[in-house]
Amino acid sequence: MPMVHPRWPLAAIASVSIFAALACGGDGDDGSKTPTVPTVNPTTQLTQSAINTQESEGGETPTRVPSPGALPTKASGDIILATTTSTQDSGLLDVLIPMFEDETGYTVKTVAVGSGAAIEQGARGDADVLLVHSPAAEQEMVGEGNGIERTLVMHNDFVIVGPESDPAAVRDEERGDDALSAIAAAQARFISRGDDSGTHALEKKLWIAAAVDPAGQGWYEESGQGMGPTLQIASQKAAYTISDRATYLAQRENLELEIVLEGDPALLNVYHVIVVNPDVHTNVNATGARAFAVWITRADIQQIIGEFGVEEFGEPLFFPDAGKPEPAG
Amino acid sequence: MVQPLTPASTKLSVRGLVVRRGPRTILDVPELAVGSGEVLAIVGPNGAGKTTLVLQMALLERPEVGAVFFEDQTVRGRELTLRRRMAVVFQEPLLLDRPALANVEAGLRLRGVGRKERRERALRWLGRFGVEQLARRSSRTLSGGEAQRVSLARAFALEPEVLFLDEPFSALDTPTRAAIIDDLAAVLAETQTTTVLVTHDHDEAARLGHRVAVMIGGRIRQIGQPSDVFGAPADEHVAAFVGVETMAPAKVISRGGGLVVLRAGSHDIEAVDAGVFQRALVCLRPEEVGIAAPGDHEADSSVRNRLQGRVARVLRTGADARVEIDCGFPVIARITRRSLDELGIEPGSPVVATFKATAVHLIPR
Amino acid sequence: MELIWEGLREAIDLLVHNKHDVYEIARRSIYVSGTATLIALVLGVGLGAVIAFKRFPGRMFALALVNTGMGLPPVVVGLVIAILLWRSGPLGQLNWIYSTKAMIIAQAVIATPVITGFTAASLAALHPRLRLQVYALGASRLQMLWLLLQEVRLPLLAAIMAGFGAAISEVGASVMVGGNIPGQTRVLTGAVLLEQSKGNFGAALALGIILLAMMIAVNLLFTWIQLGIRRDAALPMETQAADAGTLVQPWSNR
Repeated sequence: MPMVHPRWPLAAIASVSIFAALACGGDGDDGSKTPTVPTVNPTTQLTQSAINTQESEGGETPTRVPSPGALPTKASGDIILATTTSTQDSGLLDVLIPMFEDETGYTVKTVAVGSGAAIEQGARGDADVLLVHSPAAEQEMVGEGNGIERTLVMHNDFVIVGPESDPAAVRDEERGDDALSAIAAAQARFISRGDDSGTHALEKKLWIAAAVDPAGQGWYEESGQGMGPTLQIASQKAAYTISDRATYLAQRENLELEIVLEGDPALLNVYHVIVVNPDVHTNVNATGARAFAVWITRADIQQIIGEFGVEEFGEPLFFPDAGKPEPAG
Repeated sequence: MVQPLTPASTKLSVRGLVVRRGPRTILDVPELAVGSGEVLAIVGPNGAGKTTLVLQMALLERPEVGAVFFEDQTVRGRELTLRRRMAVVFQEPLLLDRPALANVEAGLRLRGVGRKERRERALRWLGRFGVEQLARRSSRTLSGGEAQRVSLARAFALEPEVLFLDEPFSALDTPTRAAIIDDLAAVLAETQTTTVLVTHDHDEAARLGHRVAVMIGGRIRQIGQPSDVFGAPADEHVAAFVGVETMAPAKVISRGGGLVVLRAGSHDIEAVDAGVFQRALVCLRPEEVGIAAPGDHEADSSVRNRLQGRVARVLRTGADARVEIDCGFPVIARITRRSLDELGIEPGSPVVATFKATAVHLIPR
Repeated sequence: MELIWEGLREAIDLLVHNKHDVYEIARRSIYVSGTATLIALVLGVGLGAVIAFKRFPGRMFALALVNTGMGLPPVVVGLVIAILLWRSGPLGQLNWIYSTKAMIIAQAVIATPVITGFTAASLAALHPRLRLQVYALGASRLQMLWLLLQEVRLPLLAAIMAGFGAAISEVGASVMVGGNIPGQTRVLTGAVLLEQSKGNFGAALALGIILLAMMIAVNLLFTWIQLGIRRDAALPMETQAADAGTLVQPWSNR
């Protein structure tokens, strides 16, 4: 039998190398994060406009408005914010998050997945705070005790978009469920998110209201992806889809789709911030989570939210709602 | 041929070495000792276990059963240290993918020799084997002979206390081999390195070895001076291996005056007596057997044995001819082509096989 | 298509004006994938040597596993590592989720089978007796490995290129365990994905072109090293004779 094997010294070298490399790898996160002060590094065109709006109001650093349960000025640590792809894609967070980090010193890890996944993540304790827009699922989460201090933040609305030719004559309708009925009747192609997101949840609610089961029908397709790619698919295939206004506006110039229905109260898209319950999930950074929740509902921040997108698109993408009563439905 | 050697001490020895691979025992050596300064040649057919023995003795493999001793002390626990006092040359040069000089220096480097001395020794030994001008050449560009010389230089540069050569010249063509063997013989004589040489070439073994060991089937059948091994094989397996082609069973008829007469078939054979036995195998090397025409009564009193027979087969090989004579049992003779032509014999011809009494080797039964 | 031209123009624009934090993202890509490749190199060489040289029960299974590992879907790797690193997972205490550490781990897991496979194959292709010869020269285990690795330095270089390529072009696992967070864990592939999902195809293409350019540059470097090694190994006789200053005989003899 051969006498010698090279295993052990190499295993030792390997283990040492891994840990050494990973120990140094920590620098990659915090050290390399450039403070994205908006004026220096705009990350999207939307951001630039929002910043200009903000700056022209005459203030770089918003004055601190004391709020109930206010926290120390400078903190440190990570907050995992689970939110939705549509919120991320709108560019709003690219404005807000750096502001929050600069002001408070927290490092926010924004993870953008569908509402369903975000809520699921929070329910496991793998996130600290959620910013989502899927009311039924949110209430279930709170009901199960995984989320607390669910607070209304803002809303925008959904629109139904489709090809210019509008084969199902959706423009003649006023209600979302009627629009979907018309689409089903005309067997016009429809693209669904199909990913348990807030958008998808709303869509399903409308199908139920329209008493139509689109599943398995030839004209009904599911993209399984975020809002951006879904709009792309609808545009390419000259199909209808439901989108939040913000994402649609942001991508409008790349799409061959028009708004064919808007304004139905049932199409309201309401955003809440939820703190993951630290009593159930002990690893949660509750302090940080609350800091975020308080901050995003603060008056000055709410104002920034309300002005986001105005310069770029001529209309705001979000409507601040903090402090208002919960919308019906 | 080297002068016989009586070593002052034992350099390397094995005891009770057994190596099995599955159901087969490929090595079974109860005892073997190599004396200091001795060249031990190991010969044997393919698969005899020679290489296995070398790998065990060179401490490249660990025995399951048995032990190896270096200067009478067990090697356990100091294999690496001892390996660094020995060197091995295999059948293939097995050079590293780098220039020849770097190859020779690599071994020295592993043994902690300093840079200047490395360079000096490497160049010197490359020169000793006549390949110093290849020093900077990549090993991939060397011919077989050149590469094997570099391999030898590499081994000798290490100034090993024990050198193992495992069929180092088998892969070379005849003229290359002859030249290298000359060089090696000279170097061995100079350095008096304890050497274990494995070869299947009897001439090489006889020429370079102080002693020759014959290995067959994993066992050492006979070990002794070359003349003993090749001239007086101990049993019929060794005999067959060393080239004794005529072996006839015979019974002792009479003894006297240092001679013994045996009857084999219908013939009486005179041989030099060699012990107390009643039956023996009469062994003859083909070179010792001559052929005479039946009517030829040329008296050469030293050739005591004349056996009548018929030519069974004639095989022409190169410059010689091998003639198989049926005397009731086969007798093989090797004669020159010229003799063959002069005799004018062919299969079926009646001939007389002749050999001296001293040419007969007896293996007692 | 004019989309590609637009992409090229935007790529230059991105680089000149450092839009989308492209330099930071590119640097992070190299850092993450480079570190991952380094880890994969150490692990892969070690494992490859074991598989090549040691006879152990299940060796064939290990080899099959390595070959499977080479084709392992990176997104599956990412999912498994994410599950392990989540707070709710067994390694949650480490707090490595959504960090470059996690991305390095994921990419290292993806690159290691590649390097292991290359190393094992090239070591096993060496003359079987060479290992013994090296031991006979007096090498210890480690020295033997070091010498034999030098023997396969050419294939090893190819292995590193393949491993790095696998790591840096990977997107699924990196985004899943890293989160694609701007300023923290966004790398070029994640940035491409993000711009694509926003519909900014010009920017997506531009970032993709930059990624490609980087990969080509790295591979150029390694290929240059490879050719250098090959050149040294096979100098024509005339050149080497000039080196040695002697006339080379085709047949050397004393």
